[in-house]
Amino acid sequence: MLSIKNLHASVEDKQILKGINLEIKAGEVHAIMGPNGAGKSTLSSIIAGNENYEVSEGEIFLDGEDLSELAPEERANKGVFLSFQYPVEIPGVSVTNFIKTAINEKRKANGQDEMPANEMLKLIREKSELLEMDRKFLSRSLNEGFSGGEKKRNEIFQMAMLEPKIAILDETDSGLDIDALRIVANGVNKLKNENNAVLVITHYQRLLDYIIPDFVHVLMDGKIVKSGGAALALELEEKGYDWIKSELN
Amino acid sequence: MSKYTEEDLKVELENKEYEYGFYTELDSETFPVGLNEDIIRAISQKKEEPQWMTDWRIEAFRAWQEMEEPEWANVQYEKPDFQAISYYSAPKKVDPNKTLDDVDPELLAMYKKLGISIDEQKKMNNIAMDIVVDSVSVATTFKKTLAEKGIIFMGISEAIKEHPELVQKYLGTVVPQKDNFYAALNSAVFSDGSFCYIPKGVKCPMELSTYFRINQAGTGQFERTLLIADEGSYVSYLEGCTAPSRDENQLHAAVVELIALEDAEIKYSTVQNWYPGNKEGKGGVFNFVTKRGLCEKNAKISWTQVETGSAVTWKYPSCVLKGDNSIGEFYSIAVTNNFQQADTGTKMIHLGKNTKSTIISKGISAGKSQNSYRGLVQIGSRADNARNFSQCDSLLMGNNCGAHTFPYIESKNASAKIEHEATTSKIGEDQVFYCNQRGIPTEKAIALIVNGFSKDVLNKLPMEFAVEAQKLLEISLEGSVG
Repeated sequence: MLSIKNLHASVEDKQILKGINLEIKAGEVHAIMGPNGAGKSTLSSIIAGNENYEVSEGEIFLDGEDLSELAPEERANKGVFLSFQYPVEIPGVSVTNFIKTAINEKRKANGQDEMPANEMLKLIREKSELLEMDRKFLSRSLNEGFSGGEKKRNEIFQMAMLEPKIAILDETDSGLDIDALRIVANGVNKLKNENNAVLVITHYQRLLDYIIPDFVHVLMDGKIVKSGGAALALELEEKGYDWIKSELN
Repeated sequence: MSKYTEEDLKVELENKEYEYGFYTELDSETFPVGLNEDIIRAISQKKEEPQWMTDWRIEAFRAWQEMEEPEWANVQYEKPDFQAISYYSAPKKVDPNKTLDDVDPELLAMYKKLGISIDEQKKMNNIAMDIVVDSVSVATTFKKTLAEKGIIFMGISEAIKEHPELVQKYLGTVVPQKDNFYAALNSAVFSDGSFCYIPKGVKCPMELSTYFRINQAGTGQFERTLLIADEGSYVSYLEGCTAPSRDENQLHAAVVELIALEDAEIKYSTVQNWYPGNKEGKGGVFNFVTKRGLCEKNAKISWTQVETGSAVTWKYPSCVLKGDNSIGEFYSIAVTNNFQQADTGTKMIHLGKNTKSTIISKGISAGKSQNSYRGLVQIGSRADNARNFSQCDSLLMGNNCGAHTFPYIESKNASAKIEHEATTSKIGEDQVFYCNQRGIPTEKAIALIVNGFSKDVLNKLPMEFAVEAQKLLEISLEGSVG
């Protein structure tokens, strides 16, 4: 599925990732945890193809295909999905119109015709119910005036619609109250199957109570310094990140 | 990276030609260049006009000679040489009865290129169309169906002959001959345009539409539109415009007068796509237009415009809210790219009591263009309880363009309520990346963002037009983010 090899990356000459190696197989849930500034969000942006970051070394493969030469939209259409930490507002473009456009662009990229309107409506209804979204919500302008919880729910709604191979959830738990957290996590769990994979990027362990990871990796100073099972997350929650630092030294 | 970048797109679009930039070889009759009273008499004679019309033109011409070209607009251009323009050009083979079968086949081929098939028009029953090429109206469809309801829809030259009482009664009542420099010029030399009269209590059953086309080189287009909605009637009217790509600037100075009598409603929509000039700013149409409507008691006029073309635009569709309870609306999207300049907006003149006006203006600037909103809200001393709401939003693309807002408010009545809101924003890289991440390529992403920005106005257009306008916005702006 997703394979990251010796990834080095910088932004404005500042080295942020210093050799990341990560193998995610179909059906797995991985979590990357780490203190602020460790490079967690940089990693997710780079996988998605954000050109503000420069990859100086290393490769990213999706199902054996090298992604480095592909534009963000090409990666997306091959099944990379990023749930943004701070989703942007697009005034005047409704949630429905936006997802319709995205779905049809994906179909176009894969040589398919546009999705028939009735099929689209059915799918939208089904997926919005999964995320317990109000019908009125669908006609609102994308992210404009949304609460933190609404924004994140909308991200997962889009994920549900697009059915990516690999979904990266960047700090999806930030700004969520406990009910929204449960709904979002529940949505992710229902979408999870043996053909796709999830990479959860988080500062806190909280989300991992709901989305149980198979593997937990600790990212510090641009490198994965420790990997383990779900128990590692609990240990981090309890002890913080300092003990790993001292362990490393 | 092999990725198709915004830069590539920009290059491709800069080299992309204006879609309507073709010229059709038509056998035309064109007057020699220059302007004097003899030319005006010749135009009037050519059109077999009555004496009062000739006199009206001469009066306007004399006034024009005393006037100075206005310079207050936020635009810069080389002033046209009015003696270097031909003021009359007409495709030769126009049958006076204008049955479509007699229309020059070259003309019909041109309509096809423009995406107007008159044959289809004949079958469709929701739009009646008048087509004006250079100086004359060449085809009007659905005349018969409309006549059954007493609706008159024809070229204005024809109306001067067939309905002189109506033309004489209303022509120049909203935009007087001496109103401004270009209105005076138009009054002197106008060659054709559309005339429309909706009788009392009649709801016009279809959209009326005029398609304007400048074809000949070295000619100006001066059309005059006069639309009268009699008491309690309703009409929705559309106009579209295109011109060939030429290196020289062409002058378009139109006058549109709307008269909405008691309880009448007029909806007037424009999709203006005159040739904007090339990417270096060479050529393009100078669009200096006066549009104004008069509302009697309980009447309503809505102007909706999508302005994507022209090198220089100078245009303020306005409403004189004379009658009590009358309503004026102005919805505008003005797009400028490359070296285009637009100074556009509206005037809402509140004279009657309880009059209401709404102004929604969306300006989109890209390239090295300058886009200005200029609007006047005037509340007269007797206009008790007048209300106005204005919203002016500007969207900028790139770092070399400009957006300007010049709102003027003059109130002489303390009971007036006037609201003005304005915003300026830029298409963000983060918005584009967000769309990209959902599989939407950059050019589509920009179209989506721009359409979202313009939605409030696009929604006001009749369906068929809204789709066309949306496409036009995409074409005008693709590749402008960088």
